[in-house]
Amino acid sequence: MTDAVLNQPVTAKAEIETPSILFWRKFRKHKGGVAGLIVFAFILLVVYAGPFIHTIDPNKIDIRAKNQGPSWKHPFGTDNLGHDMLAQVMAGGQISLAVGLTAMLLALLLGTLVGVLSGYFRKLDGPLMRLTDLFLALPLLPLLLVIIMLFRDTLRAAFGPETGIFILIVFVIGVTSWMHTARIVRGDVLAVKSQEFIVAAKSSGMREHRIVLRHILPNVLSSIMVSATLGIAAAIITESALSFLGLGFPSDFPTWGRLLFDGANFLQLTPSRVFWPGLAISLTVLSVNYVGDAVRDALDPRTQAR
Amino acid sequence: MFTYTIRRLMFAVPTLLVISFVIFALLDLAPNDPLGDLPLTIPPEVREQIRASMGLDQPFLIRYLLWLKQFFINEPLNIFEQMTGITVGDGERMRVLSWATRSPVVDLIVQRMPQTLWVVGMAYVFGVLIAIPVGVISAYRQYSIFDQIGTFVTMVGYSVPTFFTGVVLIVIFSSYLQWFPSIYDTNLVVNDWSSFVQQVKQMVLPVTVLALYNASQIARFVRASMLDNLSQDYVRTARAKGVKEKAVLLVHVLRNSLIPVVTVIALGVPTIFSGAIITEQIFRVNGLGQLLITAVQGADIPLVQTLTFIFAVLIVLFNLIADVLYGILDPRIRYD
Amino acid sequence: MKRTKILLAGTVAALAFANVAHAQRGTDGDLKILFWQAVSTLNPYLSGGTKEVYSASLTIEPLARYDETGKLTPWLVTEIPTVENGGVAKDMKSITWKLKPGVKWSDGSAFTAEDVVFTWQYCTAPDGGCAQKAQFEGITKVEAVDPLTVKVSFAEPKYYPYGAFVGAQQPIIQKAQFKDCVGAKAPGCTSANFGPIGTGPFVVKEFKPNDVITFTANANYRDATKPAFASVTLKGGGDAASAARAVLETGEYDYAWNMQVEPEVLATMMKAGKGTLVTAFGTQVERINLNWTNPDPKLGDKRSTVEGGKHPALSDPAVRKALSIAIDRDIIDEAGYGEAGKPTCNIVPAPSAYVSTANDWCLKQDIEGANKLLDQAGWKKGGDGIRAKDGVKLSFLYQTSTNSVRQGTQALVKDWWQQIGVASELRNVSASVFFGGDPASPDTFQKFYADVEMYTNNFDGTDPEKYLAEWLCNKIPSPANGWQGQNIPRYCNPEYDKIVAELSKTADLGKRAELAKKANDMLTAEGAHIPLIHRGQISSHSVKLSGVKMNAWDSELWNAADWSRKK
Repeated sequence: MTDAVLNQPVTAKAEIETPSILFWRKFRKHKGGVAGLIVFAFILLVVYAGPFIHTIDPNKIDIRAKNQGPSWKHPFGTDNLGHDMLAQVMAGGQISLAVGLTAMLLALLLGTLVGVLSGYFRKLDGPLMRLTDLFLALPLLPLLLVIIMLFRDTLRAAFGPETGIFILIVFVIGVTSWMHTARIVRGDVLAVKSQEFIVAAKSSGMREHRIVLRHILPNVLSSIMVSATLGIAAAIITESALSFLGLGFPSDFPTWGRLLFDGANFLQLTPSRVFWPGLAISLTVLSVNYVGDAVRDALDPRTQAR
Repeated sequence: MFTYTIRRLMFAVPTLLVISFVIFALLDLAPNDPLGDLPLTIPPEVREQIRASMGLDQPFLIRYLLWLKQFFINEPLNIFEQMTGITVGDGERMRVLSWATRSPVVDLIVQRMPQTLWVVGMAYVFGVLIAIPVGVISAYRQYSIFDQIGTFVTMVGYSVPTFFTGVVLIVIFSSYLQWFPSIYDTNLVVNDWSSFVQQVKQMVLPVTVLALYNASQIARFVRASMLDNLSQDYVRTARAKGVKEKAVLLVHVLRNSLIPVVTVIALGVPTIFSGAIITEQIFRVNGLGQLLITAVQGADIPLVQTLTFIFAVLIVLFNLIADVLYGILDPRIRYD
Repeated sequence: MKRTKILLAGTVAALAFANVAHAQRGTDGDLKILFWQAVSTLNPYLSGGTKEVYSASLTIEPLARYDETGKLTPWLVTEIPTVENGGVAKDMKSITWKLKPGVKWSDGSAFTAEDVVFTWQYCTAPDGGCAQKAQFEGITKVEAVDPLTVKVSFAEPKYYPYGAFVGAQQPIIQKAQFKDCVGAKAPGCTSANFGPIGTGPFVVKEFKPNDVITFTANANYRDATKPAFASVTLKGGGDAASAARAVLETGEYDYAWNMQVEPEVLATMMKAGKGTLVTAFGTQVERINLNWTNPDPKLGDKRSTVEGGKHPALSDPAVRKALSIAIDRDIIDEAGYGEAGKPTCNIVPAPSAYVSTANDWCLKQDIEGANKLLDQAGWKKGGDGIRAKDGVKLSFLYQTSTNSVRQGTQALVKDWWQQIGVASELRNVSASVFFGGDPASPDTFQKFYADVEMYTNNFDGTDPEKYLAEWLCNKIPSPANGWQGQNIPRYCNPEYDKIVAELSKTADLGKRAELAKKANDMLTAEGAHIPLIHRGQISSHSVKLSGVKMNAWDSELWNAADWSRKK
């Protein structure tokens, strides 16, 4: 085993050496991961606690103060209707982060499930992969129009306009973006399952679901992690494309993607309008990426010696 | 492997038929309408007549069967006639007509193919060529400066959307520096050096935007997969046996790391055909992506149906190619 | 690759000859025009879209056009027929057009009355799906009296007889080219639809649908010194902001159509000094329609129909008026329209003879007055600041199409309505769905499953009769008529119906204007809708391009024959 574990005094502490503590100790070794976690926590803090300090309502319109550069009153400037950009970026972050994370998790879950099942069980491979082909081939925009036509009013009635749309958007993004993960995971599973240790586990009478959880999943984790980090960025940007097409959140709910989209034409006039949302998206994705790297390293039995 | 390929190809036919039906049903169900773009001054009665002239008054199933006949019988016959000059039957066949342009869909696709293949295809090739070395070096020298910068650039490249990078590049290189045109000229015929230079100039901006995006995605997968394999026992064994480092890296590790990369590239190649919607719009490349999005927005069902179906064929085909490649890259993978 | 090529060997030879004879034609090189919505066909009868109509107008022309002031101008005819000059029959049941002698099609053949008759036959043929059919409504016969005389007869007296063959929507097409393309065969004639032979200043050389059109100067154009440009490249695609940039900032293009971009963005681009903006005001009005019927989802099939009952809140005139005066139209104009808009309270904003001033009370924002009005009507503010009466809350679903200017306006209006204790939930719907009219979709503007909705509408030409008839009781959309009625607010007033009926029987122009104003005033005063902005068309052209006369009544490219490049 590793030096890190061996150096620990193997006394009373050994009893509390649960897997989660072990994981945390390994995670802490990864500088990038820790930095990523701090940045991500900082973004969360600003987005959720910020509005208590900078108390301007993001939807407050002050048309006389439109298109302003950064100032003490408006640190990020204002847009062409006089919205305070800092307040908008913070409010937008709450939605974008929630959408990005949940939609990514949904896509990851679906993708990993389909990928593992079809890679591991030969009988399921054909049907599941043809289903994946079908989803890959479906034209996204008409699909969205249909989903929204069928479910928007029902969800609005059941959960109210905001939550209803949130559920719809997370569902839509999740359901239309799991296919890449599924194909990639399946490819990895195919390669892993023919390796000796799986064969050994099988012959030792290990249950199928335990083989999948204990041996297959940890070995395909790195691809899943990359899919996850790319997935957050893709989800945040897909959301902006949806609202640009009139399929997303109502226009008085700012999101990072939409702030960036609306601001693109104002690039020369008020550069801060695009700088901050763009930076926020990039920082989020970067920090999640480093956290993902660290998680993978910490879970991989071979890489812990680093 | 051969019987597997044959079996998969046979199975592809019913799969594609089902896909075509699902797409058709979806398009039919979608609430957008081919008349949405017409001025409101055109009264309702006239709108009804326009709909009828498009065949929209027919029942759903009839329209689907008609499309099947037009696409699978009439269009191939038409291509056959054009290539051989032989007229089959009376030569009068209803081809798949777009509703917006009222012209044969296949002609439109053929017309758009060159610019899409040039711009989007070139961007994909560049993307792959950049991504693999970047991914390999990043993994081999994990946490080096090169890796850190590479990670940063690729993540920013992926997380900043093309609608934004496109505008930034136009403002810098077209407005301020005036180096490259912001509008792609699809009429340009390359026949001498100066027109070639012009062609290269107008391709620089869209290709850059797309290549950055593609490279970012692929480089991440290469790096992750390389990292996995670098710590495997066989690498240690190979090194211990005295295999040269270069050979270890390029022959053993890279080959074994290519499975997810092959998957990603196989998923990406069909998307070249469907074009890069946003980038094509921004630079007015007017390739297949622009054709598809205008058709979708205008609810031009015959055009969308045909384009997405060809796209579906490519997806099925390239996923099959990927599956075959898995077996070649890793002989342990068996399907039979 | 199969491209639509109209190769006219004769034209090329004649062009060379023309260049020698008159140094003027074709001396100014290539005119580069940018349409950010790409053109899909050049036959305006098969697609009524503005972009198709405008681009086709470079090639095919109507008998008469509206000039930039909205005045009828003879184009392919010698004069505008009137009752005085005998061109219009005294009983108003026919109109006779005298064609200009010597006009030639671009293939060299003569332009005759037969072509005009054919154009009518083409558009009215069954199964053709002609988009301009409504313009030929009420016509019983179009006949060629002699090669240069066309007589149009109407079933009923037509007090405004200048509908057919007037304006860019109904150009004359060549009989020889289209004679085998009538009725159901129309869509199949791809090469004719992509390259109509015309009498206009330019000839289609190559058409790439939804991408780019190349035109060359017409060697047989009736004015031997025109056009000044040898060719036109009309490129399509992209978005409005980048189109503006290509003309105003990089100078790659000479002319760009429809600059729907925030005014300050245009101002930034103008600093490069390469182009200018041109505007013209037609009859477009951005308005908020108020739903007079109840859109409550609980009503099921009866939602937003007359059978479903009156709107619980909007049926109160005080609420309708308060909503209108709470709005500051000047700020909406400044934020979203700039030069391309003027605040208005009229639904008929032009031509000037028809413009009423009776509604100008609503031009000034009056939040206090609106609050007072609602207080008096018994709408009391609750704990959340939202007014309510008898359990009905003033909380409205406010929908419109997806478009950044409209979303900006929504945000502003929501803010003002909040100040008078009215809550609003914003929604935007993709334009192809909103205006698509699919009866299965809940989101079309005709179904109006919302309390208020905002969009722009206008009327063709200069006469508002047909337009004002949209608010008649029998034009209310309902499931029975497939939601196809044009009375979107579901306004119904027998008094109003009477005025419109009288208008259709009046010939005197002064009297017509009076009646139209009366109808217009009634609609605003009763609150069928809240007019916001009289929208102009805004385009941009290079400072080096001269001769552009922006026209909102006809095609923007109507006088492209007169355009030239400044030396």
